[in-house]
Amino acid sequence: MAKPKIIVVGGGLAGLSAVIKIAESGGDVDLFSIVPVKRSHSVCAQGGINAAKNLKGEGDTTAQHFDDTIYGGDFLANQPPVKEMCDAAPAIIDLLDRMGVTFNRTPEGLLDFRRFGGTLYHRTAFAGATTGQQLLYALDEQVRRYEAEGHVTKYEHWEFLSAVLDGGRVCRGICAMNLRTMEVRTFACDALIIATGGIGAIFGKSTNSVVCTGSAQSALYQQGAHYGNGEFIQVHPTSIPGEDKLRLMSESARGEGGRVWVPKQKGDKRDWKSIPESERWYFLEEWYPKYGNLVPRDVATRAIHKVVYEHDLGIDGQPMVYLDLTHIDRATLNRKLEGILEIYEKFVGDDPRDVPMKIFPGMHYTMGGLWVDFKQATTIPGIFAAGECEYQYHGANRLGANSLVSCIYGGFSAGPEAVKYAKGLQRSAASNGHFDAEKKRQEEINSRLISSDGSENPFRLWRELGETMTRNCTVIRYNKNLQDTDAKIVELLRRFQKINLSDKSAWANTSFIFSRQLYNMLQLARVVAQGAARRDESRGAHYKPDFPERDDANFLKTTKAYFAADADEPRFEWETVDTSLIKPRPRRYDAAK
Amino acid sequence: MVGDKKKTVEIHIKRRTSPKEEPRWEEFSLPWKPGMNVISAMMDIAANPVTQDGKTTTPIAYDSNCLEEICGSCAMLINGKAKMACSALIDKLEQPIKIEPLSKFPVVRDLAVDRSVLFENLKKVKAWVPVDGTYDLGSGPRQTPSKQEQNYPLSRCISCTICMEVCPQFNEDTGFVGAAAISQVALFNDHPTGAALKEERLHALMGDGGIHECGYAQNCVHSCPKEIPLTKSISRVSGDVMKQAFKDFFTT
Repeated sequence: MAKPKIIVVGGGLAGLSAVIKIAESGGDVDLFSIVPVKRSHSVCAQGGINAAKNLKGEGDTTAQHFDDTIYGGDFLANQPPVKEMCDAAPAIIDLLDRMGVTFNRTPEGLLDFRRFGGTLYHRTAFAGATTGQQLLYALDEQVRRYEAEGHVTKYEHWEFLSAVLDGGRVCRGICAMNLRTMEVRTFACDALIIATGGIGAIFGKSTNSVVCTGSAQSALYQQGAHYGNGEFIQVHPTSIPGEDKLRLMSESARGEGGRVWVPKQKGDKRDWKSIPESERWYFLEEWYPKYGNLVPRDVATRAIHKVVYEHDLGIDGQPMVYLDLTHIDRATLNRKLEGILEIYEKFVGDDPRDVPMKIFPGMHYTMGGLWVDFKQATTIPGIFAAGECEYQYHGANRLGANSLVSCIYGGFSAGPEAVKYAKGLQRSAASNGHFDAEKKRQEEINSRLISSDGSENPFRLWRELGETMTRNCTVIRYNKNLQDTDAKIVELLRRFQKINLSDKSAWANTSFIFSRQLYNMLQLARVVAQGAARRDESRGAHYKPDFPERDDANFLKTTKAYFAADADEPRFEWETVDTSLIKPRPRRYDAAK
Repeated sequence: MVGDKKKTVEIHIKRRTSPKEEPRWEEFSLPWKPGMNVISAMMDIAANPVTQDGKTTTPIAYDSNCLEEICGSCAMLINGKAKMACSALIDKLEQPIKIEPLSKFPVVRDLAVDRSVLFENLKKVKAWVPVDGTYDLGSGPRQTPSKQEQNYPLSRCISCTICMEVCPQFNEDTGFVGAAAISQVALFNDHPTGAALKEERLHALMGDGGIHECGYAQNCVHSCPKEIPLTKSISRVSGDVMKQAFKDFFTT
C-alpha cells in the first residue's frame, strides 16, 4: 500500500505536533496555513505549560492535575481523555526540554515551575514570559527538519475553504485558496486534521490573533461536522484594552505575586501612590482567601465586572482595575516576567515595574469547538481535529497553562489516529467527480462575492458583529439579549448579501478573503448565541444571573450543534457527559475544594 | 483634552496593486483616537477606504497576525525606519506618517512582502536540535540558570527580518545570510544536543553569502525590536567558523 497522505490545516502547536508524529511514523504531510507557520497564534501564549512533575516537593500528582482540570472546567468535560492528557503531560514537558526549549531553571539546573490559576501547586513550566513562542519554535524547528528531509510540504499563504467529501460523505481532500494568486485548488488526502485555533474574531476585539476567525471550523460545521459546547467562551480577567485588539496580560503576573485592587472610595481622584494600603480594596484576596488573586479566570472576570459595574469602583470611573506588581523587586520581575511587562510598556507607554497596570477582562479562549470523539475524530469520516478548534479538554472553563498541553497532546493523538485511519481506508472506487464539484462550488461563491454590487462594507459589518457578541455573549448573559443577538446576526447575514467590495482585483485581495471569513463567522456566531440561550444554568464561563446555579439534573450535558442546510440555521441536541472517574461536586473557590 | 489638539492623523502610504506595477503614494486623513497604532489606522482605512481628497480606494494589503510584536509579521518602513507596525504608536510618530514596504524583499502587494528567504536560510543552517524521536526518553540535559539566561534572548527572535532590511551587506550581490540566521546558529551550537550539528552549521556559514560578508555596521543590533544581542552572536559564531576553517585545513 502507498504511504498514507495526510493534510494538516493550521500550523500552531496542535497542527505542528500532529505533523511531527505523522512524519516520524513515515507518513507524508501537506501542511496548510494562512500565515507562515512560525507566525501562528500559539506564539501569543505567555505564562506556561502545566504538568505535574512534582519537582517542588509538594506531592503533586497527575491525578491532582486531572482533578483540578475537571473541577476548573465545572465537570462539563468528558473525563477519560482529560485524564490521559494529564498523565501524558510530564513526558511532553521532557520532550520539549529535549527539543531545546529555553525553560527557566532552578539553581540545580532542573526545570523551574510556577503557580497558576485554579491550583495550589507549582505545576507550570515556563520560558520567561513567552512560553508559547518558545514551544511553537521548538516544534517549528522539528517540522523544518522534516521539511528539509522531504516528508513535509508547506502551503503557507493558503486558506482552507472546505473539505472534499465523496458520495458517502467521506473526506477525500480539501479545497483551498492561494491568498496571493487567489487560485482555488483541490488537494487529495487520505485523512485530514484541522488545527485552526480559536474564534476570537467573532467577538471583534479579543486577545486572539487576526487569523483566529473560526472560518475553517464553520465551513466544516456547514458541511455536516457537529460543533460542541459553542457557548463556552473564556473571557480573560486581565487584558489591556487597545484600539486594534485586546492584549493579554498573562496570569503569570498574578502567579508571581501580582495583586488586583481598586481604591475603596468611589471616584477617588488620587494618584495610585497616594492611596494608602488601608484604602485599597484587594477584592479577590478578600472574597477568595484561599486562592486570592489566583482564582480561575471565570471567577476573577466576574469579580472584576462586579466591582466595576455593581460597586462602581472602576479607576477614574472607567471599566478598569489595577493589577499591581510594584511591590516586587525589579530584578525578579525582569527575570520572570520581562516579556509581558515589555508588552505593557510598549503598547501603553507606562512601566509596570513602577506603575500598576490598568486592565479589564477580554475575550480570550474558545472552550467549545468541533465535536470529536476520544480519538480526535469529528463526525465527518476522515476528518480529525486538535487544539483550540475542538471542544474536548477544558469543559466549561479552561485553567491557565492547560491550553499548551492540550494543543500538543491533541496533536500527538490526532496525528497517529489519522495515520491509522488512513491505512485502513477503502480507496474511493467511484470517480473523482467530487473534487471538481467542490472546486466549482467554491469558485461560484467567489464569483458571486466579487461581483456583488451592494452598499455594505464587510469591515463595518464585522465591527457590528463584534460589538453585539461582546456585549451580550461574554461575561454576563440574559436570554432576552441572546435572542436579540441571534436576530442581529440574521440581519447581518441578510446585509452580507448586499456587500460591496471596493477591491475587485484578483491578486492578494485581502477584503475579498476577509469577506469569505466573515460569512463563516456569522454562521458560527449563531451557534454560540443560540447555544448560550438554550443553557439555562450557570457553569464555568457561562453565567446567567437569572439562573445563577449549576443545574446538573438538566444541563450536565454537552451541547451538540449541527447545521440544518435547508433552514440555514443551527439545530441542537444534548449528549451525556462521561463522569465515570470523578463524581461531580460543587465548584467553589472561596473555600478548600 | 489631547484630542482637541490633534483631531486627525495624516498618513501617506506607498502602494502597489501587484509586483509588476509601479508604486504610487496615497494620502489619508483619519480621525484621531487615543492609543492608535499604525495597524489600527489601517483597520480604520479598511472600514472607510477613502483618500484625503475624497477618492474611494481599496483597503491596504499588509502582513499582520498577533499585533503583540511576537509573530513577526507586520514589519514595514515607518517614516523611513524599519519597525513593527503593531507597536508603532501614532502619537509617537511625526506626521504626515510615511509608510512603505520593506525595501529588500519582493513586494507582494502594498505593504506585504515575501520574506521566505529567512525560512530557507534557517533550513540551510539546520536551526534545530536533532532529537532521536518524540517518544518518552526522559528529561533533557540539565542547564544552569545562567546558561538559560544567555540563550533565552536568542530564542526570542521573531523572524521579522528587520535586521536583514537594515544591513548594508544584505543584498542580491552578496547573498548574505543575515544576522537572524547566524544568531540561531549561536543558539543551537550552544545547546548540549544541538551541538551535534555544530560543524555542519559552521560549514553552511562559509563561502558565498556566509558570515564573512558581515561588515560590522551594527545596524542589526540597533534595530532589532526584541533587542537581541545580534553582534555578540555574530562574533561568537565568527570565531567558531574561523577555528573550523583552520581545523578543516589541517584535516583534509
